[in-house]
Amino acid sequence: MAKKSTAKPDRPTPVFEYAPAPESREIGRLKPSYQIFVDGAFRDGSGEAVKTINPADEQPLAEVSEAGPADVDDAVRAARRAHTEVWGPMAGRDRAKYLFRIARAIQERARELAVLESLDNGKPIKESRDVDVPTAAAHFFYYAGWADKLGYAGFGPNPRSIGVAGQVIPWNFPLLMAAWKIAPALAAGNTVVLKPAETTPLTALTLAEIIAEADVPAGVVNIVAGGPAIGQALVEHNGIDKIAFTGSTEVGKLIQRSAAGTGKRLSLELGGKAANIVFEDAPLDQAVEGIVNGIFFNQGHVCCAGSRLLVQESIADEVVAALERRLTTLRLGDPLDKNTDIGAINSAAQLARIHEMADTGTAEGAERWSPPCELPARGFWFPPTVFTGVSQASRIAREEIFGPVLSVLTFRTPGEAVEKANNTPYGLSAGIWTEKGSRILWMANQLRAGVVWANTFNRFDPASPFGGYKESGFGREGGRHGLEAYLG
Amino acid sequence: MAERLAIRKTYKLYIGGAFPRSESGRSYPVSTPDGDLLAHAARASRKDLRDGVSAARKAVPGWSGATAYNRGQVVYRIAEMLDGRRDQFAAEVAAAEGVHTSAALAQVDAAIDRLVWYAGWADKFAQVVGGTNPVAGPYFNFSIPEPTGVVGVLAPQSSSLLGLVSVFAPVIVTGNATVVVTSQDRPLPAVSLSEVLATSDLPDGVLNILTGITAELAPWLASHKDVNAIDISGAARGLRADLQQAAADNVKRVFLDPDESWEAEPGLRRLTAFVETKTVWHPVGL
Repeated sequence: MAKKSTAKPDRPTPVFEYAPAPESREIGRLKPSYQIFVDGAFRDGSGEAVKTINPADEQPLAEVSEAGPADVDDAVRAARRAHTEVWGPMAGRDRAKYLFRIARAIQERARELAVLESLDNGKPIKESRDVDVPTAAAHFFYYAGWADKLGYAGFGPNPRSIGVAGQVIPWNFPLLMAAWKIAPALAAGNTVVLKPAETTPLTALTLAEIIAEADVPAGVVNIVAGGPAIGQALVEHNGIDKIAFTGSTEVGKLIQRSAAGTGKRLSLELGGKAANIVFEDAPLDQAVEGIVNGIFFNQGHVCCAGSRLLVQESIADEVVAALERRLTTLRLGDPLDKNTDIGAINSAAQLARIHEMADTGTAEGAERWSPPCELPARGFWFPPTVFTGVSQASRIAREEIFGPVLSVLTFRTPGEAVEKANNTPYGLSAGIWTEKGSRILWMANQLRAGVVWANTFNRFDPASPFGGYKESGFGREGGRHGLEAYLG
Repeated sequence: MAERLAIRKTYKLYIGGAFPRSESGRSYPVSTPDGDLLAHAARASRKDLRDGVSAARKAVPGWSGATAYNRGQVVYRIAEMLDGRRDQFAAEVAAAEGVHTSAALAQVDAAIDRLVWYAGWADKFAQVVGGTNPVAGPYFNFSIPEPTGVVGVLAPQSSSLLGLVSVFAPVIVTGNATVVVTSQDRPLPAVSLSEVLATSDLPDGVLNILTGITAELAPWLASHKDVNAIDISGAARGLRADLQQAAADNVKRVFLDPDESWEAEPGLRRLTAFVETKTVWHPVGL
């Protein structure tokens, strides 16, 4: 940026002090140990027993018995049998009823799941409570309704399931991603083996409990906890027909390579480096809220995060000043506190990655700013961080950071904004802020991204297809389009 | 009086609307299934392929930005131009595939009809596969299909014209630009088709046609970083896994449909294979 105010906003004197308002951790009904779910039964896996920790204080939460390769074999075999004998032949209306049961049970246990999610993941309770859990329930409810209407979905009059799906999900939305994967697969008549992320297995294993209580037939859903080796064993397993992966572009490419020649169907939801584009005529207060929501929602652990702010040069100083003012009011701390805006970074490894990228930003000449912000002594924390004066070539403008780090770039004309926004191998999402309708539609047309938020950001809905262009992957999750990945 | 001596045609490549020979100077003999020499076709090189990709990339903004109505008319125009040369193509298909002229003519007619069928999809496809999404909140939300970009196509090896048309028409009618590697042993109808394309109002570079050795060209197409998707159906079975692997370098969309029953109505599969679904949100409020 040409000129930037060097005045640092101080933390404004609050009108009201916030008293701590923690949700009780008891609500999470944390168990001392969790088991994998294979063929309708919980059991110890043949892998190691690992402790999953609370990233907010590094204290162990529970012991998780991880799967070994033999468990993956068993799970795939169970899923195959369930597909052939039970779930595949079952009438769609009955599959629907099971999915409706799951949706309702998630709603009934919403508080428990939200607390558990915040404990295991580190995300603020207001997000797990208001976004993750209700959206997960809504996803099951949405796809339940499709199960007996597949012939109307536009994929031919008599669409068929594919078979057994191997599904690998990330740690940023553990329960929600499980719902995104399992609900459409089951609605379309497939059976699944799902591997949650190693650092966040608890809500997926609790979902297994819900699925068991719903009397879903054994083997229809199998959940195997484990690390990358188990993920690899699953996606490379000869017994699966379909791979669904959400995670990094790097791993996505490995999976695409390994699936070559196998005939397995593949859908990939990979990384992103979204441009959030603010024009000079944008409603600035709303835009600032949108920028904050775009990059600091879920600590920036969001593949579609608006991590590149493209702001029109004429208003750049004003926007950055307003943004910095707003960031000084964000509250970072205990994820279970209902007033918390920014929770913990999910793991030590991810925190190290964010530090490394942020240091690169400084080394490459960008100006770094964070609000005055006290980080808790224990746990994994990173303050909201804004880089200004970022060049397009800088690593922090090109690579996914997956943390609360915003890179600010400027543009003069809409054409330049489009060129900069599209100048990335990714293409998952983008944001546009302007009051001019024709410009919104023109920009939306020009941006090479699967989801475009105009005058809003980071909205998700089961009816709304989500997925990437280019190296952000292929296939869609959500909506009618989301069925295509699970129909033969 | 002696019979008039025939003028033999030189079969060249079609890149960016021009008809170059291979930059490599190479050619290869093309024969009928009975072994009679038909011509020496250009044997495209890796460099020709890259020229084709860059011509296609240049054509993407204009073609993908054209109205669907316009794209439909252009594809329909290809059908018109082809229809005017039915007899020529029937003879070429007959020679290439070793079938009787009447059977070849039926294939030419089917190819023309296929172009007409796809032309009509241009401005209906988005209505059928896109739409508004009833999200639970005060937002207007819609999804539309957009072209993937540059698509590499390995054309079917056996069906020299009908198969070829059936694989490229859905790619271009949805707004993509493409580089097509023709049937290796039956390339001549494709080369003649490029003459049809050149007179069909199809913008230069939208469709580029290369003749040559499939196994030599395909790996470069599959690994090319500026190709967004690839149809490997025309590759030999033993080659496909390598191509799929190379395609992962830039997360290419890979399409494989070994079904070669070109007579049946194709359905939507090839239309949906080379598009991306874009979803747009906007708040609703006063």
